Amino acid sequence: MKKLILVIFYVFIFNSSAIALVEVDITRGNLNPLPIAVSPLYIESGSKDLKEGDKVIKNVGARISEIVEVNFRRSGLFNPLKKDSFVQKPDIAHVKPRFEDWRLIKAQALVTGKVTVSDDKLRVEFRLWDVVAAKEMIALAFSTTPGNWRRVAHIISDKIYQRLTGEEGYFDTRIIYVSETGKKTQRYKKLAIMDQDGANVKYLTLGNELVLTPRFSPKNQLVTYLSYFRNLPRVYLLDIETGVQEVVGDFPGMTFAPRFSPDGKKIIMSFAKDGNSDIYTMDMSTRVVEKITDHTSIDTSPSYSPDGKYICFNSDRSGLQQIYVMRSDGSNVKRITFGKGLYGTPVWSPRGDLIAFTKVHKSRFYIGVMRPDGSGERLLTENFYQEAPSWSPNGRVLIFYRETKSDSEGKGFSAKLWSIDLTGYNERLIETETDGSDPSWSSLLSK
Amino acid sequence: MIVITAITFPFMKRAPIDLPPIISVDLIQIADKTNIPFAAKAAKTLEKIKKKMEERVVSEQAPPAEMKKEKPDRIPLPEDLNKEKKQIVKKKQNPKEIKEQIRQVSEFEKKELFDPNQIAALIDKSKEETAETLKKNKKLTQSSVKTSFANALTLNQEDALKAQIFGCWSLPLGLPYKDNLLVRIKLRLKPDGTVLRSEILDHARMNKPGQGFYKVLAESALRAIRICQPLRVPPTGYEKWKDLQLNFDANEMVKG
Repeated sequence: MKKLILVIFYVFIFNSSAIALVEVDITRGNLNPLPIAVSPLYIESGSKDLKEGDKVIKNVGARISEIVEVNFRRSGLFNPLKKDSFVQKPDIAHVKPRFEDWRLIKAQALVTGKVTVSDDKLRVEFRLWDVVAAKEMIALAFSTTPGNWRRVAHIISDKIYQRLTGEEGYFDTRIIYVSETGKKTQRYKKLAIMDQDGANVKYLTLGNELVLTPRFSPKNQLVTYLSYFRNLPRVYLLDIETGVQEVVGDFPGMTFAPRFSPDGKKIIMSFAKDGNSDIYTMDMSTRVVEKITDHTSIDTSPSYSPDGKYICFNSDRSGLQQIYVMRSDGSNVKRITFGKGLYGTPVWSPRGDLIAFTKVHKSRFYIGVMRPDGSGERLLTENFYQEAPSWSPNGRVLIFYRETKSDSEGKGFSAKLWSIDLTGYNERLIETETDGSDPSWSSLLSK
Repeated sequence: MIVITAITFPFMKRAPIDLPPIISVDLIQIADKTNIPFAAKAAKTLEKIKKKMEERVVSEQAPPAEMKKEKPDRIPLPEDLNKEKKQIVKKKQNPKEIKEQIRQVSEFEKKELFDPNQIAALIDKSKEETAETLKKNKKLTQSSVKTSFANALTLNQEDALKAQIFGCWSLPLGLPYKDNLLVRIKLRLKPDGTVLRSEILDHARMNKPGQGFYKVLAESALRAIRICQPLRVPPTGYEKWKDLQLNFDANEMVKG
């Protein structure tokens, strides 16, 4: 009997091994942006018109969906479908989408929502649907003052982006830059701030003095920048929310690119003391200045790693300008670039995995990225003149500025802000009222 | 022993619960560690059987061409050898290891792995070569894991299925290049190729911190299956392919 049971047992084992699971490897797919339908958010009956100052914003639901669409299209990751092809009306779609209708137009995700406007309150509700699985993926509602309707559109974009990519978004952010007007030989430079999509531009200085290299604090809405007062460089601190600015300090000689540490407690910069440029930090609470590098070469453009343990900077200590990485106390300096040309303006990604830089080779300027050990160098874009990359808070997109060629009198000159994502394929001009340079991307306004 | 035998009979098994195909897989909680003693034993038994069969093939029937294929493209460094050994020890249950061996059944299959763009040009050749190889390895094909795979789907059928899913899979853009981007999905199919049930095999990974992209990747794979269905499956041999595992591997595409 025992033998019989054993035989049956082994037969079973043999049979189960013979009917093994069939495996198929899928190693290719299409890299097209995800088709997404953003249905206009419908206005609930009884809602009032939304007023912004003297202006009346008509059909704010449609306007919000348009902003979401523009954000998605600019990201390069999504393909918002044309509204003409939508079969279902927004109010019904928000309650119960007919997924067959949305599948018909090849949508894989659907955004629906509704807006309620009262005297002093705006309530926006949205839902993200997986059209293929016929399931709701996320549903959120926001209440705010009516004037914040654009921000709500950006926050919705961020939430959807995060749900569909697994990464934080970067739409509810701002960009500070130097607005430029006038001839090339006589430029007026003002500090300006705008939403990441170019809307809501505000000028923060009058243009009487030269302003350079504004940089956001990674933690809050503080900005540090450099300005010349009676031909002496000064580092300023500006609170975007309150508009209050203060002088951090006067520094001797050429001072460059003050930048915050990741915790926002220090400013790191380079300035020339006794004719030699080195890197210094300043404690924001005590205002104590500490020298980090001590070398006869020119050390500039320092940038902290997100954990604050390392600093990347450029230096000509090897003869040509190259990028170096060191510990935050200035020890263990290592050169990481060995390619042809000059490397400068290194900026550590908020994700910590890459360093963005400007490269100059054979009179052409490149914006590129590499790993912190110098490996995996990728040049994303090439042009006549471009520099100063700054990361989006999620480390997916870079903003920089590009200048055009001009004749000896400065005709044909322009400076514009551009963005490019890490693929190198999604390059976009950022529309600004005036010329712009030295952009810096803020962290997410709402977390 | 009687109890074990009774439990392991297929007809005694309960039919699995037929859950509706949903995206919200994150709702299912699975412990980080699994403990399936029977599966481990079964894997060991399979390993033993496999080793025995391999010895037989090498000593008695393996054609010269097969031997050539086993040669590495380059001389492996000592580090590489150590890595391979470690992998085999760690992932005894990982079907990928079994799959690598399966793939060496025919010359065509190996070529296909390295040059996916020339699948069409090689399909006709593969028919003859596969048939010949199967004939030569008759003993092996009737009793081992390797051949059950080959019997379930021919290369043409496998390629047709792959090509179908390639077109349906919209790879999420923005995946991290540093992480493992493999999603394994087990399917139970109906005879017409529609999906009766789907299960993400590395489900626990979804809820781990820093693995948000994995959920997105898994969802994209499930979406591809749903868009594609009914899958292009062979008209016959349903019992052999009714359980199908699709390995959605974005590593190559993202990392280049």
